Amino acid sequence: MNGTAFIVISVFTLAGALAAATLPNLMHAAFCLVLALLGLASFFFLLGAEFVGLALIFIYIGAVAVLIVFTILLTRRDSKEHYGFNWSGVFIALAVFAGLTCAVLKTHSISILPPHIRALTVKQIGQALMIGYVWPLQCVGLLLTAALIGALVLVMEEKR
Amino acid sequence: MSSALDQIFVHGKRCLLSWIAGAPNWLIQIASSLINIVALLAAFLTLFALMSVLERKILGRMQNRYGPNRVGPFGLFQPVADGIKMLIKEDIVPARADKVVHFLAPVVLAAVAILTLGIIPYGRNMTAFAIDGGILFFFAVGSATELAVFMAGWASNNKFSMLGAMRAIAQMFSYELPLIITVLPVVMIVGSLMPDRIVFAQGEYTLGIVPRWFVFTPWGAAAFLLFFVSGLVESNRTPFDVPEGESEIVAGHMTEYSGFKYATFFLAEYLGMFAVSGLAVTLFLGGWHAPVRVLEFVPSYIWFFAKLSALLFVYVWLRATLPRTRVDQMMNVAWKFMLPMAFTCIVAAAIWHYAGRGMHGWLWSLFVIVFVYSALSILLDTRRKFARRVYRFAE
Repeated sequence: MNGTAFIVISVFTLAGALAAATLPNLMHAAFCLVLALLGLASFFFLLGAEFVGLALIFIYIGAVAVLIVFTILLTRRDSKEHYGFNWSGVFIALAVFAGLTCAVLKTHSISILPPHIRALTVKQIGQALMIGYVWPLQCVGLLLTAALIGALVLVMEEKR
Repeated sequence: MSSALDQIFVHGKRCLLSWIAGAPNWLIQIASSLINIVALLAAFLTLFALMSVLERKILGRMQNRYGPNRVGPFGLFQPVADGIKMLIKEDIVPARADKVVHFLAPVVLAAVAILTLGIIPYGRNMTAFAIDGGILFFFAVGSATELAVFMAGWASNNKFSMLGAMRAIAQMFSYELPLIITVLPVVMIVGSLMPDRIVFAQGEYTLGIVPRWFVFTPWGAAAFLLFFVSGLVESNRTPFDVPEGESEIVAGHMTEYSGFKYATFFLAEYLGMFAVSGLAVTLFLGGWHAPVRVLEFVPSYIWFFAKLSALLFVYVWLRATLPRTRVDQMMNVAWKFMLPMAFTCIVAAAIWHYAGRGMHGWLWSLFVIVFVYSALSILLDTRRKFARRVYRFAE
């Protein structure tokens, strides 16, 4: 049952990602990227990590995808000119693939994990964020605040 | 007797499932989900039909006219007539439109609205899908609304559609923040993201008469008001229907839609409205709990839908009384007032919790909210004389 679901979701995600990389119309590519992200979230659901999956949908589809779509819309017209084959892209893709393969090969087999992962409660998440990972959380908060202030400064009306 | 009536739908579902008792587990699971989905759709499509005619009746009453009264008794069959009209209308797709995305946009919008309805507890043991992260699910799925509206606006290849979509995304993004942040105090106090737990936490009564709904605490009342207004904006209803703005940009992102696709947009809008009001009832108004202990014999789902109808009436009431806001004023309110107030609600809830959840905490959290409210009013200078309007881009 889980194996079939895994294959279906993988095909779905890969098709979405491939379409996002190859479609000529940028807007269509962005929408296909959303499909790929939905597939990624489904993997988390399959693994029982409900919270992470929902957060992924929330942040990536709700915010990042809309941001991508907006940037495409605001920055360029739908130009029909054809870009040449991008060799640097191939190198980057190969490097990322090699890195990930190394990481996967070094990891221990997944079967040693307990079959049932206890569902995370809000309390556990809160304790992890406020005790164990308080410094990373604060750093990310600082970074985001700086980005927010930067955005405000960029669009602020100049006083006459 | 009363509990039998209360659980009548739950027992009904169990009866239906007992017919296939010997079947494998996955088949029973699928059948159970299907029953939930069918019940949910039947209930809310009926409510949509009823709402569409009642809204026009109430609007008519408030504007001193009759409203629809020709089809059937009291005009109650009006939705049937509307539905047939929408179905037999020609479905026009613009020649330069992106056909696939143009078709997908209303479908995605309606699907998202229906999904968000699933996590709300409609009565005791009556949640269509009870998952641990229910509240998170609501907002995660609901955030796809923006993308669907954008798809509609972009695929139509029309400047009014595009403008409407831009406005819709700007307003939904701005108001999603207060909408989510006002939920946080409730999640914090209950300690769970599960809607059923949140309803359960509001089930007690102080002195047997005052229910412990969160709306009766200062932070809860403030959060409820903020949540309600943000929900109003999220569902693009009249005081905030800037994305549609008939007098400015034809119909916004729906300009190039006709026939049943147009009706689907309305369906999605109403379902979204039901979902947000349902969540407001769940979070702040005690869900399916009765307002006083003596009235607990009335089935829980009746209480839920009574509260839901009250909120929906306020939606119609506001539509009948308020004119449309201006875009920039709306954005200003979102970022300068709603957001700080939403954060204040979190602080006030924390104070209420640490002061022992009693009278003491009640007064302290009231003080914090009133203090921040007055400070904001002075800072934002609400009594300022309006300056002469300067047109920067339209001269």
